[in-house]
Parts: sequence; C-alpha cells; structure tokens
Amino acid sequence: MGKFHMPTPPGVADMHGAGGESAGQWETDRPDERWVPTHCSFCGVQCGMHLRVAGGRVIGVEPRMDTHNRGKLCPKGVAAYQQLHHPDRLTYPMVRDADGLRRATWDEALDRVVDGIRRIQGGHGKDAVATYGGASMSTEKTYVLGKFARIGLQTRYTDYNGRMCMVSAGSANFASFGVDRTANPISDMAEADVALVLGANVGETFPIFIRHYWNLLDRGGTLIVVDPRETALSRMARLHLPVRPGTDAALLLAMLQVVIEEDLVDHDFVAAHTNGFDEVAASVAGWSPERAAEICGVPAGDIREAALLYGRADRAMLNHARGLEHHVMGSRNAMAAINLCLATGNIGRAGAGYGTVTGQGNGQGGREHGQKCDQLPGQRFFTDPGAIEHVAEVWGVDPSEIPPAGVPIFAQLELMEAGQIRGLINLCSNPMVSWPDEARTRRILSGLDLYVVIDIFLSESALLADVVLPGSAWAESDGVVANSDALVCKYNKAVDPPGEARTDIWILCELARRLGRGRYFPTDEPREVFEELRRASAGGRADYAGITYDRIEAEGPIAWPCPTTDHPGTPRMFTDRRFYFPDGRARFNAVAYEPPAEEPDADYPYRLTTGRVVAHYLSGNQTRRLGYLTDQTAGPWLEIHPHTAATLGVADGDPMRVTSRRGSLVLTAKVVATIRADTVFIPYHWANPVAANQLTIARFDPKSWIPAFKACAVRLERSEVPASPVPAPPVTDDRGRPATSVEQDARSAQFGRTAT
Amino acid sequence: MSMERSIFVDPSRCIACGACVAACRECDTHRGKSMMNLDFIDRGSSIEALPTVCMHCSDPFAPCAQVCPVDAILSTDDGVVHSPDVSRCIGCSNCVHACPWGVPKFDPVEQLAYKCNLCYDRTSVGLGPMCATVCPSDALYYGTAAEVEAARPNRRVIDVFDFGEQELQTGNWMVVPDDFHLTTLPLVP
Repeated sequence: MGKFHMPTPPGVADMHGAGGESAGQWETDRPDERWVPTHCSFCGVQCGMHLRVAGGRVIGVEPRMDTHNRGKLCPKGVAAYQQLHHPDRLTYPMVRDADGLRRATWDEALDRVVDGIRRIQGGHGKDAVATYGGASMSTEKTYVLGKFARIGLQTRYTDYNGRMCMVSAGSANFASFGVDRTANPISDMAEADVALVLGANVGETFPIFIRHYWNLLDRGGTLIVVDPRETALSRMARLHLPVRPGTDAALLLAMLQVVIEEDLVDHDFVAAHTNGFDEVAASVAGWSPERAAEICGVPAGDIREAALLYGRADRAMLNHARGLEHHVMGSRNAMAAINLCLATGNIGRAGAGYGTVTGQGNGQGGREHGQKCDQLPGQRFFTDPGAIEHVAEVWGVDPSEIPPAGVPIFAQLELMEAGQIRGLINLCSNPMVSWPDEARTRRILSGLDLYVVIDIFLSESALLADVVLPGSAWAESDGVVANSDALVCKYNKAVDPPGEARTDIWILCELARRLGRGRYFPTDEPREVFEELRRASAGGRADYAGITYDRIEAEGPIAWPCPTTDHPGTPRMFTDRRFYFPDGRARFNAVAYEPPAEEPDADYPYRLTTGRVVAHYLSGNQTRRLGYLTDQTAGPWLEIHPHTAATLGVADGDPMRVTSRRGSLVLTAKVVATIRADTVFIPYHWANPVAANQLTIARFDPKSWIPAFKACAVRLERSEVPASPVPAPPVTDDRGRPATSVEQDARSAQFGRTAT
Repeated sequence: MSMERSIFVDPSRCIACGACVAACRECDTHRGKSMMNLDFIDRGSSIEALPTVCMHCSDPFAPCAQVCPVDAILSTDDGVVHSPDVSRCIGCSNCVHACPWGVPKFDPVEQLAYKCNLCYDRTSVGLGPMCATVCPSDALYYGTAAEVEAARPNRRVIDVFDFGEQELQTGNWMVVPDDFHLTTLPLVP
C-alpha cells in the first residue's frame, strides 16, 4: 500500500484555496482590526472562535480560549470564516421563468411566493403548504420558522432536517427519560472508569471531543468502541467491536443479558428510580453472546468482555451517534443502550451516565423550540393542552388557532406524492444531497406547485426551486445555539449579509406581513425574538427563561434547563434521580431485534454504510465551496476491504461500479483493511452523479422516521468507465442565472416541471 | 538559549483531521501557505497518521540555515529558526533539500522558500502557535516537558534524534512510549 500524501497546501497559485484572495494580497496589520467572539458555524461541538473583522469584512479566524473547546478547532472551523465573503454567495433573489431561474427583485420574488401560497391554500386548504427547516441556524431562526408555519401559514406541516440527525436519540430519550437532551456532558469522561461508544466516529465528526476520551485514558480508564470501521477512537480502545452495520441492538441485548446473568445490576437504583425492568430482563433472556455474535459478526468472547467491563465499572459512560441511530431500529437501538445504563445505575452521576452526540451545529436548540413537527417551543408536546394554551398566549392567538401536530418530513413526502401537500418552503437544507433515494427526492421536489428555498449558497436543491431567496450566514446576525451538551452559546454578528441578501428572520417576517399575518411577527431583531422565545419556553422541558444574551456574554454558555436568571443552568441531568415523568421514574423499554431494512442477498451481496469526513459538513453546500476543505477531501470514494477487493479483482484506485436497487455510481476504490470485509463505505457529502444517496434506501424508523442511511444492499463490480467526476457546486453567473441552468432545467423538465 | 515553551508532537494522538494544516495557513507570516505536513503511515492497513512540524534544530544548528548560501534563514536567541527572509532568499531550494524533517517548502510561483517560524508574531507575545493551539487531540501541544510528562502516563519526551551517524538536538520535542529506544529506529542503509 502506498504512502498517502496530503495535497500540497494552497499557495498563491490557488486563488480559490486562499479564500478567493491571493495570499500575497493578504493584509496582516490592520489598525482597525477587531475580534468578534462567536462560535463555529458547523457541528454540534460549537467551538468558540473569534472572527477577525477589518474594514467591514471578516479577514480571518483567531482561536478563542475562554470557551469549552479551549481554542481548539478542526479544519472546518478554521475555514468557516471563508464562507462569509465567498464569491458563490447568493446576493439577490431569483425566480423561475420559462428559461429557468433568473435574477429578480425582492418584491417580485416575495410576491411570487405569497401568490403561490394563496393559490395553493385557496384551492387545497392551509395544510397544503409545508415548511422544512435546518438545524444549522440559530435557535431564533428555528423558533420563528416554526411560528411562521403555524400561525403565519397556518399549516400543521412543519418539520426539520434533524429528522436525519437527532430524532432516533430524541425518541428514545423521551421514552426512557421523558426529556430529549444528552444526560451527561462530554467532559464527564474525565471522571469515568469505562466508556462505551457506539457508532460515533468522534475523530472525524466531533474532532474537538476526542480530547475528553484521552482524559479518560490518561487516568487509566477503559474505552470500548463499536464501529464497523477502524477510527481514531477505535485505535484508542481496549476493545473494538466492528459489528455489521444495523445489528447494534443484538449486541446491546446480549450485553444486558450478561449484566443480568453476572448480577451486575444496580438493584437499589432499579427498584427506587425505574419502571419496567422485569419485562426487559425477560425480553433479553435468550440473548446469549453467542447468538448476538452470529448476527453482529464479532466474537462472542468480545461481547461478553465488553459487558463485563461496562457492568463492573463503578462509573461508566455510554455515548452513541448516528451509526447507532440511522437505522429502522434507530430509536430502539438507543433505547437498548439506555436500558444498559439504567440497569447498571449509570445515570445522573459525575462520570456515570449517557450522552448522544449531536451532529448539527444547532441540532439540540434547533429541535426544541417549535420547528419539529410534534412540538411547540420549550420541548412541549401538542398532546398537552396546557402547552398549547401557554404558547398561544405568548403568540397572541387563540389556542384554537394553533394547528394540530403535523407529521415528520418523510411522512410528508408521501402526502406530496399524493398531491395533498403542494408547496414547500425550505430554509437552510439541501435535500438533493441529504435525503435518501435521490431520484425520489428530485421527483418529489420537481413536482411541487411551489417550492421556495432560502439559503446562503445556490444548493443543488435550490436549482429545482421556483423562488430562491438569499438569506444570512451565522455571522450575519446575533442568535443562540445549543450544542451537544445543551450549552446555550451565543453567535455575535460580525458583518452584514452580502449584496441584497437579508437575514432569514427578516425574510420570514416579510412573508408573514405580505400574507396579512404581520401583527404576529412584529420584530426581526434577534434579541427581541429571543426574549419572546424565553417566555414561550418558560415552564417547558427546554426551559430558557433564565438565559439572557447578557448572561451568556458575561458568564459564557449556559446549559438548559435554566428556569430563572439566578439559576446556574444544568450541565448534568438527573442528579436527583428524578426523571421527566409524573412519577419521576425512568422507563425501561423492551426492544425486539429486527434486521436492517435491506439485507444483502444473491443480487446485492454487500452491505453499504454511509457517513462523513472531517473536512465536510452535511450536504457540503458550504464546505464543498471552501478551497482548503476541497483540497483536503475532493470527493467521495468507495472504501473496501482488501479481501473483498481481491475477490472482485479490484486494486486500490480502480474505478468501481456500485449499484443498489435505487441507483448506480462509479467511484474510485480505496482498498483498506480498516473496514469489515462484508461492508463498504461511501462518504455522503457530494451531489449527483457521486451522491451516496443515489444508492440508499427510503426506509425509515417507524417511531422516529429517521432514514436507514447506515445499511442497505449493493452490488460491486470493476467499472470499465472511469469514476464519475465530482460536480462543482452550483453558482450563479453574470446573467443572473444558474451557471448550469440548461443542464439542470433539462433534468427538471424530465419530471414535467414547467415555469409557474 | 532554548525556547521556554515548545511544541510536543505525539503521533499516537493524531486523528489526521488536518486542523494543523488548515490553521498553519492562517499564520500571518505566510498566510495562504501551510508549512505543516500530515501523512498517513500506511493507509492500506491503518488510519495511523503522523504530523510533522519544524523541529527548530539547535545542535548542530539548523541544517536549513547552514546550507543557505545567502544567510536568509536566521535564528533568534529564543531558539526559533525563522523563515527565509524574502528580501534575501534566492529560491535555490537548498533548505528544502537539507532539512532532515522535510519541512521548508518552495513556492514555484514566487520562487521563494518558506518555513515555520513557530508563529513568531504569536509566540513572541505569549500566544500559542496556530497548529498546536487548534489541534483537537493535543497530538501537537505547546507547553513544557514537565507538563506533558505529568499529564501523559507511560510516555516520555525526547529532543535528540539519531539520523544514522548524526545526532540532532531540537527545540521542539516528540512524545514517545516510555519504553521507546532510539536504537529501535531503523537506520537507512
């Protein structure tokens, strides 16, 4: 195997790599330079950073030592500032005409949206228009979007892209603890004896958290990692269980069975603080490590050892992320993990507990204040009449005016296919890369009567829109986000949005005003929105009533719940052993193992799992445009074990055709012994013709509606044609149209789209 | 005179994320150019990786500076070996070839060589260098030997390296297993 060389770093010859400016032109001693303290735009760690601002422009990044990351950043964090003045930024609205998208005025674009909404809702009812939000934007934005859907559009259908991220963990957390947030902060690793980590490639996806696991090891602690691939974290582990993707529940059931058999159960805790143990104990009775070993493809002895290490620890932590959750069993996998925590009494203590690592920057805050289909602000449910009354009062409407709960976005897609939902407003998400079964996604989005995208770059999904509105990046308005530890951090505005772009909240308020609902949206000022959000969340599970902008600025990030301004916040949950149910007791939930949605068979004999790389974020709409990050990782590949490659006659670097029942791509083979021989891996950040989601299956967890991204069946063969080129991200050109409009509109026309 | 704080390189902690490579590019001395090297050791069999920084060699004094025909590479009393002075550098690439670590880089467009100056604009005023400041896993750490040895069990730090017949003392350090012996390093035949 040859030595892998990092690409030569960009110099003056690579203008794009240098953020659009020649390194020789870079100014370094600006007398007017100031540092704006803020956090990163990317993942759920929400690293603190300073943006260096001079002359009304963000010119660089300076590490910030006074936040939880202590100055540390990953390459995405270092490069994040380069988005702000990027030449690809959307700087004017666009509308679709007979020739495709073209530049428009704000009035024309907003009128087009409002006319479209009126026409659809007039003919098909209020619920025929839906909203879809992202969790990579401030909580204020997500709060206003949920409110805009419910009392601006008066539709029940709103949901968010955490549907592909945190919903399995959230479902399990509600079912087991009655509240949806990580129980213990990641820093608790420094006080744990044993940590069990399932399906979390921390080194690539939450790099800054890796030091907490070193804190565990440096104190003599033991790490157990469950992941089908060798990762930076698995290399640190005493025990690495490379299970078949999608079989985590079998592993966890067997581990609990061993814990019970060896009498490692914390009987006092179980008796005093939980319900349902006996039923769960009975349900795992037949789950010997040998039975699980057959299913998981790892030695029974390792399963037993993992159970004994975890069960015998005085203080054990358990973390999981999307590797456990992106399955039809996603929420049940997470419940099985929590059962193990509860049985051993590992919850609510320093170094003994549970955490689900949040993916998106505001994956936590973005799901708790009302853009999720079944919740109102403060993590309140529609099933609680008091919740509806409270929120109605804050919003100044009669409770009867708040529409009932909606359904998850992937259930809405079926309503779109049936013609019941005919309009969609998409703020801050790129489904053409991120949703499973890309062909179906294209068919559905192209078939809508009105499809509106609000974004900072022209995403692949925006290319299909009727109206594209240029919104604001994270550094272009104040706002808060809640990170993976539910720490509420504050973004501080550094610059104005570029060109004619406006803040996302302004856009929603303006749409509401033009729809005749402006009186409910009196301000686009983030501080005033946050004050309203505080009141709306007061008394809810995610209680922000005691958090203020001034407090965060003075004290640093504060973990919710924080009910009063003199409350210190809640870094660690359940320290009083009280859980969020009326009887205060946590719930065991019996889990029955079910295999992945699509198993390998004679026609499609290998299992495909998809995931992420450190240099890119989500659908890549931001990071695929930043030269340094694309230099680091230019495109996807097919990761395959040498034994499998030899069977197929494939060598490292050869083009390989990967085919599933949904689609087919040609990628370069990366032949590495760091993955199971029965499994192949593709990172998913890129668009058609190299989108992993051309292959994935549109099957979902029946409870959380998370897609089964982590396991489907594929066929592999050496390709006679070379690997498909990685497409450049879409941009507008000097005609004020998408630079790829001809090609894109041809694709749209294939599905019967015409200009509205 | 040696540096009060220096960079400690611990390859066992490297997660190959590339934050150091990205952050080095932000250094105000050579913005847009990264002086960091990051290599997978053998990607076919493992994701193990190695970050390489300028070690700021002190004895014998920096080979890159010794071979510079125009004395463009100078050091300061604190032990920092600076980047070639752009007003003197003639683009001969001697430093690129002389460095035992492969650190100096030649920019073919500018016809100039660059190397790490330990973020002198930062470290001279008490800030950490960019690479070690951002490093998520402390594979690169800026501090003192006592701090590192106290925090990391079963590890020791070394600043003398054996290149065949030549011993080299450096300003920056490597963190190695405490049973690590220099003689276990294979000699190049």
